[in-house]
Amino acid sequence: MKRYSVFAVAREALRYHTGWERAWRSPEPKRHYDVIIVGAGGHGLATAYYLGKNFGITNVAIIEKGWLGGGNTGRNTTIIRSNYLQDPSAAIYEKARSLYETMSQDLNYNVMFSPRGVLMLAQTQHEIRGYKRTAHANALQGVETEFVSPERVKEIVPIINLHGPRYPVLGALWQERGGTARHDAVAWGYARACSDMGMDIIQQCEVQGVRVVNGRVAGVDTTKGPIDCDKLGMVVAGNASVLADQAGFRLPMESVALQAMVSEPIKPCMDVVVMANTVHGYMSQSDKGEMVIGGGTDGFNNYTQRGSFHHIEETVRALNETFPMVSRLKMLRQWGGIVDVTGDRSPIISKTPVGNTFVNCGWGTGGFKSIPGSGWAMAELMATGHSPLTEEFSINRFQEGKFIDESVAAGVAH
Amino acid sequence: MLILECPYCGVKAEETELHAGGEAHLKRFGPGSTDGEFHDYLFMRENPKGVHFERWRHANGCGKWFHAARCTMTLEVFGTYSAQTFEPPQEIRDAITAKRPGWTWRDLK
Repeated sequence: MKRYSVFAVAREALRYHTGWERAWRSPEPKRHYDVIIVGAGGHGLATAYYLGKNFGITNVAIIEKGWLGGGNTGRNTTIIRSNYLQDPSAAIYEKARSLYETMSQDLNYNVMFSPRGVLMLAQTQHEIRGYKRTAHANALQGVETEFVSPERVKEIVPIINLHGPRYPVLGALWQERGGTARHDAVAWGYARACSDMGMDIIQQCEVQGVRVVNGRVAGVDTTKGPIDCDKLGMVVAGNASVLADQAGFRLPMESVALQAMVSEPIKPCMDVVVMANTVHGYMSQSDKGEMVIGGGTDGFNNYTQRGSFHHIEETVRALNETFPMVSRLKMLRQWGGIVDVTGDRSPIISKTPVGNTFVNCGWGTGGFKSIPGSGWAMAELMATGHSPLTEEFSINRFQEGKFIDESVAAGVAH
Repeated sequence: MLILECPYCGVKAEETELHAGGEAHLKRFGPGSTDGEFHDYLFMRENPKGVHFERWRHANGCGKWFHAARCTMTLEVFGTYSAQTFEPPQEIRDAITAKRPGWTWRDLK
């Protein structure tokens, strides 16, 4: 792999850009791999990358039924934060956030990480208490957050309306080191690095069955034929139940649609991420100038990657009252992704009833921010059978009653 | 937009009039059940890519709960039926079979 650098740009400029290589290979699958990762989204590629980088396991295939990064990795609102209440969540999300800080250098790929700050508005007395509690918990966890006054909120976001028709802004939880990154670049950067380590990324290849022999995984049957493996990692978000079903076990989760949209591009007006969980909407401005907007999930099971129109209406209404200036904006694009939601709204990174098979799912509405941390922890779990970051996220926690109750702390927008 | 016909008041209600209530025909387990049964009752849910049976409430209408058979792949509705039943009636199953031959859901076929 040729490194990207200012010298590479200069060199290519002098020879009509004829020397750029493909960022990753598209090989045919081999008969056997040490590890197969199903799902070439952010989490799957990150898992493969850290398997290679931290544990030297490079005989790896990453199988993807569509195209790389075409699921939720390419559909989210790119928010990165780690201001969670519970210790296990704060640990893995903070690990992810810290890895994002150096990701462009590590991958030699510009993921445009922009630590512009994340504000979570408190608009009820309950939310004030909740966020103050989170700020105190974060202080103990080593996560840098603070609870700020409405005046400070207005300073940080001049376009905000503090006295909305339904809910006033009473304060906010401010994480200055949070922000955004270019979502596609995260997938592309990991893919390029994985391919460089000799891993095979196999796109347009759907897994149709999981072969289990004597309680252990033997391989997968795909649209490109059977492939054997020693270990299998399922990292397929909304489709995790379908894949688990093929392997013969069940997961405590349901798949629902979550929507996002962007407005027409406008001049810079907001240089932070703002989340308003009570009125149900969140917004940031992309480098192109589009306002990137996210809302809530639908209430029913759905695999169509389309959401309900009334949720868009609800989100836009929330943003109109929080930011009156957006009422004049046209929305350009709207889309949906299928998110996997567990009983306690926290992810599952775990061994499974099938030997040598591991599952990483249940990130629900908050997967993008956790990609590097999730990959790091999943790789450690797959390579060594144990990871301090994943201990609490076991599939058994529902049986044991050890929930990681973040649905209260995280509100709706996750 | 999802439109379901309420089997009680006969209104063709669209989504904002309805409240989704999750998986249908759950068998409730409480005191005296095993840990596994209680766990499954509380947390395990059918999450099929295809035919699914659900509970819905006509929240901004007659207020009653009912059942619906739906496809999670296409959002197609096969039919709605009364809440006073432990399993889908034969005509709903026939309607599904006509459009999705070979469908399965839990141990229904």
